[in-house]
Amino acid sequence: MKRLQRHRVEFVQLAADHKAVNVGQGFPDFGPPEFAQEAFSKAVNGGPMMHQYTRGFGHPPLVKSLAKFFSRIVGHEIDPFEDILVTVGAYQALFCAFQALVDEGDEVIFIEPFFDCYQPMVKMAGGKAVYVPLRPRVEGTAGLSSGDWVLSPEELASKFTPRTKAIVINTPNNPLGKVYKTEELQVIADLCIKHNVLCISDEVYEWLTYDGAKHVKIASLPGMWERTVTISSGGKTFSATGWKVGWAIGSGHIMKHMKAIHQNTVNHCATPVQEAVSQGFEREYELFGTPESYFQQLPAMLHHKRKKLASCLEGVGLQPIMPEGGYFITADISSVKVDLSSEGGEDELTDYKFVKWLTKEKGLATMPVSTFYSPEHSKEFDKYIRFCFVKEDSTLDAAEDILKKWSQGQ
Amino acid sequence: MRITRQVLNWSRLACHSTNISCRQRFCTSQHTMASRHTHSKRIEGLDKNVWVAFTSLAADPSVVNLGQGYPDIPPPSYVKEALAEAASVDRMNQYTRGFGHPSLVKALSQVYGKVCERQIDPLKEILVTVGGYGSLFSTMQALVEEGDEVIIIEPFFDCYVPMVRMAGAKPVLIPLHLKSGKKTITSADWYLDPDELSSKFNSKTKAIIINTPNNPIGKVFTRDELQMIADLCIKHDTLCFSDEVYEWLIYRGHQHIKIATLPGMWDRTITISSAGKTFSVTGWKEAVAQGLLKNFELMGQPECYFSSLAEELECKRDRMAAIVTEAGMIPVIPEGGYFMLVDVTSLNQDLSHMVGDDDEAYDYKFVKWMIKEKVEFI
Repeated sequence: MKRLQRHRVEFVQLAADHKAVNVGQGFPDFGPPEFAQEAFSKAVNGGPMMHQYTRGFGHPPLVKSLAKFFSRIVGHEIDPFEDILVTVGAYQALFCAFQALVDEGDEVIFIEPFFDCYQPMVKMAGGKAVYVPLRPRVEGTAGLSSGDWVLSPEELASKFTPRTKAIVINTPNNPLGKVYKTEELQVIADLCIKHNVLCISDEVYEWLTYDGAKHVKIASLPGMWERTVTISSGGKTFSATGWKVGWAIGSGHIMKHMKAIHQNTVNHCATPVQEAVSQGFEREYELFGTPESYFQQLPAMLHHKRKKLASCLEGVGLQPIMPEGGYFITADISSVKVDLSSEGGEDELTDYKFVKWLTKEKGLATMPVSTFYSPEHSKEFDKYIRFCFVKEDSTLDAAEDILKKWSQGQ
Repeated sequence: MRITRQVLNWSRLACHSTNISCRQRFCTSQHTMASRHTHSKRIEGLDKNVWVAFTSLAADPSVVNLGQGYPDIPPPSYVKEALAEAASVDRMNQYTRGFGHPSLVKALSQVYGKVCERQIDPLKEILVTVGGYGSLFSTMQALVEEGDEVIIIEPFFDCYVPMVRMAGAKPVLIPLHLKSGKKTITSADWYLDPDELSSKFNSKTKAIIINTPNNPIGKVFTRDELQMIADLCIKHDTLCFSDEVYEWLIYRGHQHIKIATLPGMWDRTITISSAGKTFSVTGWKEAVAQGLLKNFELMGQPECYFSSLAEELECKRDRMAAIVTEAGMIPVIPEGGYFMLVDVTSLNQDLSHMVGDDDEAYDYKFVKWMIKEKVEFI
């Protein structure tokens, strides 16, 4: 049967068209913290050179701040000029990585569910996507937590072939919120080392972990620094997704290839926002581990919102999978009985139909989770939808209202 | 005459096109690990960059930097204020519409609708990108394929060739020629030979890239010249990628013409521009709707930044021309843009002592010499 593969963009547009309460798209509807806004304001008023081209591979103050900050965490001396590339959001870092490192016929392993841009990017690079799904530990259940979704080591090992160029991991994971434990990353690392494969690690939600879950950088495991590209995001770090400052950190011998792509695509990133992110990291370096650190305060604030949304969802019979990290909660919609025939035929995926129905009929925008799966597996996982809880309380209240009214009407 | 050396307080490595160090070579080692981490084929040879020797030399704060294409004068204050004001609104710090912020594309369609004298659909006919660079890249990747040919007029902005090659296509080069025998040379004296141009078109030609005003010469293509290009595009059913980042920087007596406005060209032309160059904010890599709207109201009046900047720069252009002439060099007076080409032949400067490759071009050696020796002209 023909599956209609749609892009997130369509659902974003649908939400806008229906002026729906938007808990679908992954961005905060509150602003960045005051210190970040002040840093940006200072940069804007910082003299003419703040408005002109800076160093193409990354504004020197920013790469120095990043090197200083992350060397401490990774346990490796990071060279700001050799080992870091600043990009237009993590998105462009991913693009540079695939364009630089993936050739026609190379295989790239994705762990499903995966952020949906990975697959088109690998395709654009002429590579072949190979999928291995996370599955609930207990067959037939959704599990209570994202930690219950695991990889089968044997299944994973079977995906590595002589053509495997890289594996892409995303921790904390979008959409599930899984935070990979050290043992799980070690399984992946062992395979990377055994098969001499690169690892592209998307860690944009690295500061957003809950319930004591600890973010572990695969690049810090033995033998992994020299084969890992770690990607992160100023937008997610400082709740300023519109700034579009991201970066990739890795061994210089790999980064130089990504730099070649960067200098032939956008060449530079915007100067004032890089300056602002640099100031943000300087502040966080000093406050690291203390209660004043934004990297402590943000997850603490989001912890409460996560809990609030989860209980709303339970209240209407949607079963949430509690995320250990990230921006999103996924919910199992199988127990909800709704007539979706007006949203599409048999061919159309259930979660797509449900999301459209929820947006149009109830004014609540979410995201279908099968969009984060390969065409081969999307039908198997089309009973989940994704909610973003990184929203103002008023937005979550509005969502709660809609869900309550709906459950009462049922 | 002495040219007084000004000490430029430039401590950052601001680069227009930065480089991969020459000493780093792509890995072709026999070691298994290294060979598995090699780059993709699409970046073969794309690591080299013309600025490789110059950026580190020019980074010395005592060197006066007239090499790179960005202003060191401030942008207009209302544009900075617009950015500061936007940043103070929470929602403005989050993702906007991916293909372009709605108020921006609307402002662009208004300004350019007026300039092109046609309705431009803000949501269907405009894509906002990360700088003019990002537009060029998207254009190439979307429209140019393996085996296509793309005509590029020399001299060209250096990124065109690598971008064409990255798309798997073949760059076909055609030079502008200089009319001989003129006492004062302007960028208008550089011209395309119609027969030569015509000979470059064939069934594989996907597109021609034009850049007007041109970087580096400053040539502003006339209507007739553009018509000649347009006729060939129509005849061979070729696309036209028109890089017009310097479109507002036109000096007196010249007019910027958009090739897209010529008959039969709208449907086959991508016109690329830049707020960074429009509002002297090259570091923004994004445009400001407010600035556009303000100037839209003022279009045709002296206060409009689209014309006042050009006036301000014309004085600087003339001053620079006088400086280099006094120093014994011959400037090519640009009709538009940021740059001035200068003929250094008459200085007859001996560069044999300059360390470098034997086949290194004279101008490369000359530029290095100028930076290193920190020359005062007497």
